[in-house]
Amino acid sequence: MIVRGTDRVLIQGITGKQGTFWTERMQEYGTQITGGVNPKKAGTEHCGVPVYGSAKDAMADGDGFDVSVLFIPPLGVRDAAMDAIEAGAKGLVILTEHIPVQDVMYVLAAARERGCAVTGPNTAGGVTPGECFAGFMPAFNEKIFKKGNVGVMSRSGSLGTLICLNIVQAGYGISAFVGIGGDPIIGTTTRDAVTALDNFPGTDAVVMVGEIGGAMEEDAAEYVAGMSKPVAAFIAGGAAPAGKKMGHAGAIVMGDKGTYASKKSALEAAGATVMATPSHVGDILKERLG
Amino acid sequence: MNFEEHAGKPVLAEHGIVVPDGRLCTTPDQAAQAQSEIGPVVVKAQVPTGKRGKAGGIKIADTPDEARAAAAAILGMDIGGNTVESVLIEGRQTIAREFYAAVMNDPVSKGPMVLFSALGGMDVEEAAEQDADAVRRQPVDIRRGLEVAEARAMLAGLDIAGLGDDIAEILVKLYGAYRAVDAELLEINPLALLDGGDLVALDCKFVMDDSGIKRQEALSDKGTPDKLTGLEAEGEAKGLKYIELDGDVGVLANGAGLTMTTMDVVRHHGGVPANFLEMGGEAYTKGTDALRLVLDNPKIKSLVINFCGAFARTDVMTDGILTAWEELEPEMPVFWSVHGTGDVEAVAMLKERLGIEPLPDMDEACKAAVEAAREANR
Repeated sequence: MIVRGTDRVLIQGITGKQGTFWTERMQEYGTQITGGVNPKKAGTEHCGVPVYGSAKDAMADGDGFDVSVLFIPPLGVRDAAMDAIEAGAKGLVILTEHIPVQDVMYVLAAARERGCAVTGPNTAGGVTPGECFAGFMPAFNEKIFKKGNVGVMSRSGSLGTLICLNIVQAGYGISAFVGIGGDPIIGTTTRDAVTALDNFPGTDAVVMVGEIGGAMEEDAAEYVAGMSKPVAAFIAGGAAPAGKKMGHAGAIVMGDKGTYASKKSALEAAGATVMATPSHVGDILKERLG
Repeated sequence: MNFEEHAGKPVLAEHGIVVPDGRLCTTPDQAAQAQSEIGPVVVKAQVPTGKRGKAGGIKIADTPDEARAAAAAILGMDIGGNTVESVLIEGRQTIAREFYAAVMNDPVSKGPMVLFSALGGMDVEEAAEQDADAVRRQPVDIRRGLEVAEARAMLAGLDIAGLGDDIAEILVKLYGAYRAVDAELLEINPLALLDGGDLVALDCKFVMDDSGIKRQEALSDKGTPDKLTGLEAEGEAKGLKYIELDGDVGVLANGAGLTMTTMDVVRHHGGVPANFLEMGGEAYTKGTDALRLVLDNPKIKSLVINFCGAFARTDVMTDGILTAWEELEPEMPVFWSVHGTGDVEAVAMLKERLGIEPLPDMDEACKAAVEAAREANR
């Protein structure tokens, strides 16, 4: 789920306003975009790459692709994602918010069977500083995504961006950023992302940015307990009232489930340092990395 | 979106699961009339929450007068913060056994999960605590659906009065209903075995996936909308997620995670947030509406605006807010932190149009807003 500069990237929904804007940014940054999809504009060119009628056509007729990034409205995602999976995609980045959950489960079941790694839905994507990015992240902003040795994962794109800024302000840099998305059912979980960053070359510490709701942080804590690299964590939503969805469909405390306290204690027991505010990240890295 | 019992049961009935004959009544006289048509009945409060029985919201009635009295007692009752506005009158059944059946979205297996327990009528989690094997779980490959053989297999070895085939059939129907209506939870508790041998759904809990509402328009009209405060409803009408809280520091940020964090940091510095309001994602062009909404809360004494732009461009958000600010000219201490996509343009805009510079980071902005609110309260 960490997109590399050598990966060939397809953009489904390339001709839309956001698709166009972010495709251009990705190209400028170094993402190797080999094509786009829009069934109504097949055979044309957009952002300097060929537009295909489907992901299957892109695989068969063009330069092929490894990863597809979807700029597709909610009710179109299931078919578009199935097209990419059936075409043989190794990874999907699904940015769309408000996709019916049963459609998400359908796509994830097919992806699992075909060995396709899905990031999202409802993610801002990922950044591999100095190489490429996939999604809508301000990778090109050097105050935020300077290359370095700290791996970062986040359920939230905006908060993940802020944490990366704080890390860079403290004199460190980012080896890779993985945004996993704010939905309750997603392809790449917190544990998957922490595992990938732990194994990512050039990563000496991992910063985990979670939220209230669900049990993904508690699950990831089991993996963190066995890690030799230091882990710093921030969990958003400690001040949120119970029983309300805090903007993200997955960010809700129900009864005693998904609470800040449960996540904090699981992570601390696993040896992670849990910070009270994101601006403490620099001090924690200094203490744990030296 | 939650559905009350009377709105959930037709979903079961449409998929071939038997439910009792029932009438929805909003007055005691209607309840008396319904009783005279049905015979001995149960009068049940209709609220989008559980524990109605414990709250006194379920009564039996054998005569029209008893039904009138029961409805009069229940209508207007407060159950879990909901005022009872209607009662469901259903024919009373003689129950031999009670079971539990449900289908829900499972974040661990990332697919549908079918649940069944021979210990119906009680909270399924309590049942599982009493006996781990009491609640059977069957994950489903959503591309294939629940097959009868799978449903039979999950019931193997349970004490279900030799009804394995009948219950398996009901589970398959329940799964079909769950799929058809974009449920995140569809639950029958109890699924009752009547003295005559019929299996009947005596209660129904249905929660629709909020992201499924757009393709379930006709049915979603029958759901119970979330209870919103005036400001929350105003936010919803403008396409902004606003949650009213009890503090005095207004919060405006982009993205759910960053907004929650801004609230957390306000609290960390000793303040109390007045609201959650995020204008990230597709709402990032709505700065003008967002500022109006935050300022409409009479409790706020200061405001922190915290942007860290990825998809949401900070220059666009800042421009929207400044437009409203210039129009409203509020006497409100405001503290900004602006980073990410479009930040150079946004900071220039702040200097030019508001004559201020943002604080270096979110912590400084939150701390200053907490201090200003404290000052205003002195």
